[in-house]
Amino acid sequence: MAEAQSRPEVTRHPRPLSPHLGVYRPMLTMMMSIAHRITGIVLSAGTLLLAWYLVAAASGPHAFEIAAGFLSSWLGLLILFGFTWALFHHLLGGVRHFIWDAGYGMDHPQREYLAQATLGGGILLTVLVWILAFLVR
Amino acid sequence: MSNHPNHMRTELRRVRYLGSARSGTTGSMHMRLTSLALVPLTVGFVWLALSLVGKPYRAALATLSQPVASIFLLLFILAGIYHMQLGIRNIVDDYVHDEHVKEWSLAANLFACFVVGIASVYAVMRLSFL
Repeated sequence: MAEAQSRPEVTRHPRPLSPHLGVYRPMLTMMMSIAHRITGIVLSAGTLLLAWYLVAAASGPHAFEIAAGFLSSWLGLLILFGFTWALFHHLLGGVRHFIWDAGYGMDHPQREYLAQATLGGGILLTVLVWILAFLVR
Repeated sequence: MSNHPNHMRTELRRVRYLGSARSGTTGSMHMRLTSLALVPLTVGFVWLALSLVGKPYRAALATLSQPVASIFLLLFILAGIYHMQLGIRNIVDDYVHDEHVKEWSLAANLFACFVVGIASVYAVMRLSFL
């Protein structure tokens, strides 16, 4: 431990950093990584909307009418559509992470297919759910 | 360990910025466990949301106060909020480098998650006991 004893004070000099996003040519896998985080943040904001809807429903008919009225307005529908896509995109992105955690799908063509499947699947599921929503309405 | 028994310094300065606190993988594991749980819970939530489309107050209340719907919603909210807290924490850890701003952001994240989580859980419980 003699070496540790004589270690100088830890100073916080700026360390050399690995090259960040700006130096790379944009790629699908990289955009999907960013999209996963952004959809995560979007869904966090979505929990506010869910909490509002639930608290409004618990508060009584008047508060419920306001919340439900906003959600069924064109702005509300647009926001809900965005949340639906963010939810499915993030869900499939999570499944993609499970596949990676299991040790598969990290090689070259596979990771591109996975990225495409996540992107396409998220859009497909969103459209499907909204078709269902308009059918059951 | 210091070789000087009367040393006034704590060991803290030796471990700061240096290495493991032996809790490094807890967050990652919990992130994976909550995401695993959230796969079926999200499907159930979307199903529930679809069943609420266009319903007026009384009908929506009847749907939301069904035990299965309430239990599903409570699990979805709890797993979701915890997952969200871990995710935002991850992002703050990655991008906020100023020590003070980082600690306050993490505290704000925690408080916000508690507020949204408790509000939602309270509302679901009240709806089912109304």
